Amino acid sequence: MEEIRTAFAAAFKLIVTLDHNLFEIVGLSLYVTLTAVLIACLIGLPLGALLAVGRFPGRHLVVVFINSLMGLPPVVVGLVVYLMLSSAGPFGVLQLLYTPTAMIIAQALLVTPIIAALSRQIIEALHGEYDEMLRSMHAGRMATLSTLIWDARYSLVTAALAGLGRAFAEVGAVMIVGGNINHVTRVMTTAIALETSKGELALALGLGIILVGLSIMINTALMSLRSEMERMAYA
Amino acid sequence: MPDSNIISLQNWTGKPAQNTIVQLEDVVLDSESRRLVDGISLTLRSGGITALMGSNGAGKTLTLRLIARLLQPSSGIVRNCSIEERDIAFVFQRPVLLRRTVAANLLHALKLCKVPRHNRRERIQLLLDISRLSEMANSPARMLSGGEQQRLAMVRAIAGNPKLLLLDEPTASLDPHATSMLENLMTTIANSGTKLVLVTHDAGQARRLSSDVVFMHEGRIAEHTPTHQFLNTPQSDEAKAYLEGRLLV
Ligand SMILES: Nc1ncnc2c1ncn2[C@@H]1O[C@H](COP(=O)(O)OP(=O)(O)OP(=O)(O)O)[C@@H](O)[C@H]1O
Ligand SMILES: [Mg+2]
Repeated sequence: MEEIRTAFAAAFKLIVTLDHNLFEIVGLSLYVTLTAVLIACLIGLPLGALLAVGRFPGRHLVVVFINSLMGLPPVVVGLVVYLMLSSAGPFGVLQLLYTPTAMIIAQALLVTPIIAALSRQIIEALHGEYDEMLRSMHAGRMATLSTLIWDARYSLVTAALAGLGRAFAEVGAVMIVGGNINHVTRVMTTAIALETSKGELALALGLGIILVGLSIMINTALMSLRSEMERMAYA
Repeated sequence: MPDSNIISLQNWTGKPAQNTIVQLEDVVLDSESRRLVDGISLTLRSGGITALMGSNGAGKTLTLRLIARLLQPSSGIVRNCSIEERDIAFVFQRPVLLRRTVAANLLHALKLCKVPRHNRRERIQLLLDISRLSEMANSPARMLSGGEQQRLAMVRAIAGNPKLLLLDEPTASLDPHATSMLENLMTTIANSGTKLVLVTHDAGQARRLSSDVVFMHEGRIAEHTPTHQFLNTPQSDEAKAYLEGRLLV
């Protein structure tokens, strides 16, 4: 009980004193996660849409493959990105290891399959409903895709949210490729891991409370945005 | 709404041309287990409204979908004469509307029909006017009543000036007022030069609107005759039974 009270006090103090370190860590967390999710959306959404609408040999295999990538263990992704970016690896010359960019790459790799698999599911369901109508209106491939993506926009927000949740809470991959370097690559999850290992439980819990709070805030904002827009479109 | 306004936007020449627009030759459609459409031959000429009648499961919807190329026949030919595939539009029995506003549904159709940008606003207003949906232009399309949705689906289908409009029981679930509004709309569309093929179970509607009736029974065309003749002196036993409300065994 005491522990928890101290933790809340620590969290409260960090926030009200506008603790510089805290804001740096939170800022970097948001930057890395949101950029990674944005990239994942830019790749995963069209990919999911193509898989939903396209008919080509091997499509089913790709769908199964991407679905199974959804459950990739973050540490494995981190390890692979580490090997790619380490000085001996194929992208070593870019010197990206232990930078926020490396963390973004790792998280984008983690989140892209989630966005692709979920948007495939969402768009395929809508395609079932719209297919004949769009064909009777002589819609081409591109028009069909854009119509489906636009009309599924509210459900697709949910897919993005799922990706955001995964990236925001993730610690294994960013720890490996980022290295948890103070002022450079330290984000909330790695900071919590570090403080816990140092025995600074109150600070760790304080950070945890802020992490959970932020996560709830982002989710609430997007969900209410979604339901508001859905109500307007009567989807 | 003056008809001339619509006509001016159609490629209507003014003369009651009666050229063939679609021809079906011995069209067969099989499912895995049975024959659904059993060798129908049909010539559709431009102008006027052709009613397509027959009991449930006779193959009317399948025939429309074959004409619209939404289905490929197992054998036989569906041939477009003097029109292209783009000139065919379809109104489904249960309209599927986009998750957008009424006006956005029409805009979407205009874009698909490649109507030039500067004509779109005026065209949307015209379509809203003839369907009497102006007041609901900015409502979500899926919030409309069944009759309003049917009206929207119909004007959406004619957005690109189709030469052939296929309608699958558009008034089946509507009240008398909505039905008469939709019938007026169909007449307006037909008067502007678009050929209509109308699936209906309503003999009165066929009498009011159509010039000829294609009567289908068990995947075949039992008769194709002028409407008054079909309603007064049907030739086939199947049509007689259908009109008398008897179940044919
Ligand atoms: N995809 C399909 N696979 C197998 N059978 C089908 C398929 N679509 C339709 N059928 C069958 O084909 C027959 C004709 O169907 P169709 O929808 O054309 O009937 P209809 O004349 O439009 O009837 P209704 O007046 O009830 O709308 C029906 O018996 C139906 O069960
Ligand atoms: Mg039918």
